[in-house]
Amino acid sequence: MLSVSNLHAYYGKSHILQGVNFTIEEGEIVSLLGRNGVGRSTTVKTIMGEVEPTGSILFKGQEIAGKKSFEIANLGLGYVPENRNIFPTLTVRQNLQLGLKPGTNTGKWTIEEMFDLFPNLGERAEVAGGVLSGGEQQMLCMCRTLMGDPELIMIDEPTEGLAPKIVEQVAQLLQKIADRGVAILLVEQKLSIALKISLRLYVMGHGQIVYEGTPDSLMRADEVRAEWLEV
Amino acid sequence: MLDVFIFATLNGLVTGLLLFMLASGLTLIFSMMGVLNFAHASFYMLGAYFAYSVSLYFGYWTGLIFAPIIVGVLGALVERYGLRRVHQHGHVAELVFTFGLAFLIEEAVQFFWGADTKNYQSPDLLDFPLFTLFGQEFPAYRGFMIGISISIFIGLYYVLTKSRIGIIIQAALTHPHTVSNLGHNVPLIFMCVFGVGSALAGVAGVIAGPVLTTFPGMAVVLGSIVFVIVVIGGLGSLAGAFIASILIGLLQSYAIASDVGMPDLLNLLGLEFDRNHPLTDLWTLTLPQIAPILPFLLLVLVLIFRPTGLMGKREQ
Ligand SMILES: Nc1ncnc2c1ncn2[C@@H]1O[C@H](COP(=O)(O)OP(=O)(O)O)[C@@H](O)[C@H]1O
Ligand SMILES: [Mg+2]
Repeated sequence: MLSVSNLHAYYGKSHILQGVNFTIEEGEIVSLLGRNGVGRSTTVKTIMGEVEPTGSILFKGQEIAGKKSFEIANLGLGYVPENRNIFPTLTVRQNLQLGLKPGTNTGKWTIEEMFDLFPNLGERAEVAGGVLSGGEQQMLCMCRTLMGDPELIMIDEPTEGLAPKIVEQVAQLLQKIADRGVAILLVEQKLSIALKISLRLYVMGHGQIVYEGTPDSLMRADEVRAEWLEV
Repeated sequence: MLDVFIFATLNGLVTGLLLFMLASGLTLIFSMMGVLNFAHASFYMLGAYFAYSVSLYFGYWTGLIFAPIIVGVLGALVERYGLRRVHQHGHVAELVFTFGLAFLIEEAVQFFWGADTKNYQSPDLLDFPLFTLFGQEFPAYRGFMIGISISIFIGLYYVLTKSRIGIIIQAALTHPHTVSNLGHNVPLIFMCVFGVGSALAGVAGVIAGPVLTTFPGMAVVLGSIVFVIVVIGGLGSLAGAFIASILIGLLQSYAIASDVGMPDLLNLLGLEFDRNHPLTDLWTLTLPQIAPILPFLLLVLVLIFRPTGLMGKREQ
């Protein structure tokens, strides 16, 4: 479904991504792990066309390197950025409407279904997004992207700064999304939910993938965790 | 006294709404680009001239419809092939570009239409007094100006706050990347907003041309006041621009209608000055005389006491 090969990216003169390679198959939950600053966010931003790529990014067999963000999104690639960019002055419902693709009025997921999944959001449908709690904003962000019917959704650090109970809810939502056949690329720093829900995972260090495996194999690879993950 | 007040209020409203028609477009375009478009009032002038030329052959009403469309398309082209390219070189380059464009349009207008004032007339259809109050007539054309401005604003408000495209525009102004990642073509949206903003300026030109006279300096005259308005209202705030537009429209109108001046003030204070005093010009100054500079005076005061403008947010 997504195949990234020899991907490089720069911020000015600094060479951030130095040949990143990985793949995601249909319906998989794959985690991209690593310490702060290793280039995980840059990887997803580059795939999304926000940072200029060199190398190849194949999505559903089509080269998307060099395409514009909105074109990539319209091909079915969803992205939930790490800064939880909800639109604070728009209502929860309007935020969700923004996720609908141009020219469509409904997708696989309806607003009402979202509200069933998250009664919290439903109760506050007409409230400005800016007054929601951090966890609710994260849910809103993910739901907003789902409204556009992505086939693969890339989610950058959804559990950052959330209480353990909310983290659990996020994990449940991710599982529900995957159950509907949507592939997920989960970017995380902590192992907790990644180990629980992913099928495969990649560990990133200094702009490259340094380890590829399953949750089980990573649990056994003590030296990898010590060198690239634990702080 | 009451009749003066009522007519001054109505005339102030006409000016204020007209100013807002320019200020609203300028504000939207500012939110989008992050720089003031100095050529905005030039589109207003083009509106008046195009409408004048069209009206010579097809009458006023055809001009009212087609001139704003031509100006809107022109604005969209300027964004697409001019500003969007200049944008990558930063805000200063964009600012200089719009400055240059304003001069270019003024020169072009003089080249094609000449430097003289055009005899652009309001339509005969509206050439009657709307009502007569205290023996004074209020022209139907001014009532028409109020009506058309208010209808446009209600329409725009509705589209911007209630429709899906309006929600996308609002979000794109503050979070272009996020909106783009959701699959919306933000550059196209920006081009359309620029076009509609320019078309609004064009409408203002069409309806103001017959009242404020159509001449090559009209962009500078009104443009400078519109810049004052967006700064007083708070850059990027539509509500602020609205309040400032009406405020300045009324202020100027009251100042012109009033016949108080320094002599009255001095009398009140029990002071009297010799007619031959060297500063006699100052002592005989009247409010109508200083009406044109009132907006700028207000600008200075706002910048000193509330630098972000009435409704502006602090720069991050
Ligand atoms: N906008 C930017 N400009 C310059 N350098 C950046 C920018 N964003 C991130 N970086 C740098 O790129 C590196 C990778 O950042 P990032 O991809 O955000 O890492 P991660 O998401 O893994 O924490 C870091 O060293 C960071 O300082
Ligand atoms: Mg990051």
